[in-house]
Amino acid sequence: MLNSSLKQLSALLATKKISSVELTVEFLKRSRALNSDYNAFITLDEETSLAQARAADTIVASGEAQPLTGIPIAQKDIFCTRGWLTTCGSRMLSNFISPYDACVVERFNSAGAVNIGKTNMDEFAMGSSNETSFYGPVKNPWDTSAVPGGSSGGSACAVAARMAPAATGTDTGGSIRQPAALCGISGLKPTYGLVSRYGMIAFASSLDQGGPMAKSAEDLALMLNVMAGFDTRDSTSLQREPEDYTRDLEKPLEGLRIGLPKEYFVKEINDDVALAVEAAIAEYRKLGAKTVEVSLPNTRLSVPVYYVLAPAEASSNLSRFDGVRYGYRAPEYADLNDMYQKSRAQGFGAEVKRRILIGTYVLSHGYYDAYYIQAQKLRRLMALDFTEAFKLCDIIMGPTSPTVAFDLGEKSSDPVQMYLSDAYTIAVNLAGLPAMSIPAGFGKNNRPVGLQIIGNYFAEAQMLKVAHQYQQITDWHIRMPTSAAL
Amino acid sequence: MSLSLDDVKRIANLARIEVGEHEAHTALTQLTGIFSLIQQMQAVDTSPITPMSHAQNVMQRLRPDVVTETDQRELFQSVAPQVEAGLYLVPKVIE
Repeated sequence: MLNSSLKQLSALLATKKISSVELTVEFLKRSRALNSDYNAFITLDEETSLAQARAADTIVASGEAQPLTGIPIAQKDIFCTRGWLTTCGSRMLSNFISPYDACVVERFNSAGAVNIGKTNMDEFAMGSSNETSFYGPVKNPWDTSAVPGGSSGGSACAVAARMAPAATGTDTGGSIRQPAALCGISGLKPTYGLVSRYGMIAFASSLDQGGPMAKSAEDLALMLNVMAGFDTRDSTSLQREPEDYTRDLEKPLEGLRIGLPKEYFVKEINDDVALAVEAAIAEYRKLGAKTVEVSLPNTRLSVPVYYVLAPAEASSNLSRFDGVRYGYRAPEYADLNDMYQKSRAQGFGAEVKRRILIGTYVLSHGYYDAYYIQAQKLRRLMALDFTEAFKLCDIIMGPTSPTVAFDLGEKSSDPVQMYLSDAYTIAVNLAGLPAMSIPAGFGKNNRPVGLQIIGNYFAEAQMLKVAHQYQQITDWHIRMPTSAAL
Repeated sequence: MSLSLDDVKRIANLARIEVGEHEAHTALTQLTGIFSLIQQMQAVDTSPITPMSHAQNVMQRLRPDVVTETDQRELFQSVAPQVEAGLYLVPKVIE
């Protein structure tokens, strides 16, 4: 059961072979037991989860079950969840019981899914290793001396260790794809605007996008069917006809043109990752796909551009945390200004403060044009690079991350090295494109390698087909870390 | 461009984050490293390019000017650090 797909779990529920309560108890027991090793969850709340499971069993009994009814799903702790502690991995929100549900949470609730807990993450989603969490780092279940990636490291770990069948994540610069790659699971960042940001605690609003994390592409498609949709409460939510993201899964790949960006296969990529990615591409050729070299000439500028735009937006978004209406307030202060300064100094961790300072600087008088406007212009060049590339191919492939999971502590004292680990994921966010990572083997120290699949705008169904067909002839996605055996 | 310790203290003040002397020095070293990475942007001539803030060519949606929110003051104030008689309390700012 631990390795069952969402479709299989749904069938077990529908045929009464198992109840949602039994399923939820099983995953809760496992999550409780493994959490002391992995620290994947910030909050587990058995009572609330089981109440949802009982409600789901009633829905199943009445014959009105939807595909995810009764299935436990872990929620990244960035999604406001009514009645649940919602911390965003920060001391600033360590006392915040959300008074409302995020749109994504509402959607899972109306689909009858069970919230199995809130997953650990880098503080305010700022990090690539889960080491910036106020609640301590998450461990990689394939090797507990390694990071799980970030910022959705808790969600990736929970799915990899089979503590939850699937989880939600958010991706601002790679925060779904990179941890999915490093933990050997599948994860998808949708086209910007497809999943509502309402109630998803904001980091960089023009880049933030929620998405699913699961074992397989088929599971991701079922999750995306629930998550995607227009929402008036998110000003950048896109008004489109609803889609069934499972519709193309079984279609063949004959004639598919895969673009391989020459800038993604450079000396910065480690040999073990390059080998696994090349082997995956060879499998695609067997499936009838053709490869073509494409160029994304501004790739090397994506990290600098991102570290202007994301901190700029973050410095503005995080100004709401002032110790007045919610969140942490310093115990002692002299006056109002001192209360702001001390509450923010004590409530935010080092990486969050660093990014607020960068953002404040690039937006300050005299520097706005040189930094912010220049970055917005380069952002357009990067989006145009993709437009040109998609004239030659249907889909783009490459590594998700230049290396396999690095060791805990290896990059935490050097922000620049940490930032460069997102070199292949960031451009996609800047362009607003959809992209995913799927497991494609193992590299150094038997740590997982992820294959990145980038699609054109709104090509999610096609990308999921491309991933699903590969998962029909390979078994990387159903491999399970031995340390997680119970 | 090079950052000074005074710059760090000035932006920390703008961002309303208290920084001690030692913390300001650490921040200076790290921000200098990050800005040397950011500086790579300046090598590209972007004069004919229009800045891009959103990938899709969409306009901000408008909505009818009607009340849509219900009064949930008590619920929202239940998570506030300090409230009294329905008001958020902060240190006195007017003598």
